[in-house]
Amino acid sequence: MRRVFEVFRQERKGQPLQHAGSIVAPDERFAELYAREQYGRRQESAALWLVPREAVLEIGDFPDEFDLKYRRVDGYSIRERLREARERASSARSASAGAG
Amino acid sequence: MSARTDLLLSIADDELILGWRDSEWTGIAPFLEEDVALSSIAQNEIGHARALYELAAAELGTSADELAFDRRPAQYRCAPLVQLRRLEWARTIARRWLYETADEIRLEELKGSDDGELAGIAAKMNREEAYHRLHAEMWVDRLLASEEGRRRFFEAVDELWPYALGVLDEGLRSELRRRVEERLGRELPAAEAIERGRHEPELVELWDEMTMVRRSAPAGARW
Repeated sequence: MRRVFEVFRQERKGQPLQHAGSIVAPDERFAELYAREQYGRRQESAALWLVPREAVLEIGDFPDEFDLKYRRVDGYSIRERLREARERASSARSASAGAG
Repeated sequence: MSARTDLLLSIADDELILGWRDSEWTGIAPFLEEDVALSSIAQNEIGHARALYELAAAELGTSADELAFDRRPAQYRCAPLVQLRRLEWARTIARRWLYETADEIRLEELKGSDDGELAGIAAKMNREEAYHRLHAEMWVDRLLASEEGRRRFFEAVDELWPYALGVLDEGLRSELRRRVEERLGRELPAAEAIERGRHEPELVELWDEMTMVRRSAPAGARW
């Protein structure tokens, strides 16, 4: 009887549509009217997309069992490796100094 | 007062008072989205009233605010249909729909007027009223779709029908009857119009509330 519609709003032509909120309506015609009133009556939108919530495929879990840090967008930290490398280098230097 | 000003004030008063009546649902409409939509429609109607009052005010040498708030209740020309206090939901929808159906007939007539200003404002109003009609028509569809909805909606229409006739001049009433009967697929009871000029006690109460702030301010206060 009542359906939830997710509303995506474009502020200006050419910009991406962004999730603005959701509305509850008995059907698509009411959804359109309610969306116009809630997201368009102040000329704040260039376009709206209405998507019935049941049409949205949601993915909410992203397992990373093997800790594949190098795949992440932020890369992986090299600070730790740099420190280890410096330690190795300095101990190698002191070892060679002792030998000399 | 010219016939033109009289007409302007009749329509302006209809829109102002209906806007106030519909705004009585603000905060308590059946659900949030409808609350926003109906409140927005109410605001639009009051906006139409302002535009019409401004035209009349230019002719009368006064202002829209003075016309809206400084007359006595007996001087308002609104149809009794819009004076009735907030009705339960099926009646609210029946009133909205009957009013919009009548208003469309009236605006069609005005759009063809030789008076450029009148024709222009009617065309402008009509573009906004198109959404109001859509809203009302969608609700009518929903009410007609269930047995309880039909029963309650028909009851409301029959009760409000004599009032609806009073929105239009006599010459346009048969067209209203034709449209309403065609949409509902049933005959309406024979009825005498409840004419403009009659003032329901409820109008005085509304007027009292509507003008309270203005009357409490010293004359000439600026907002």
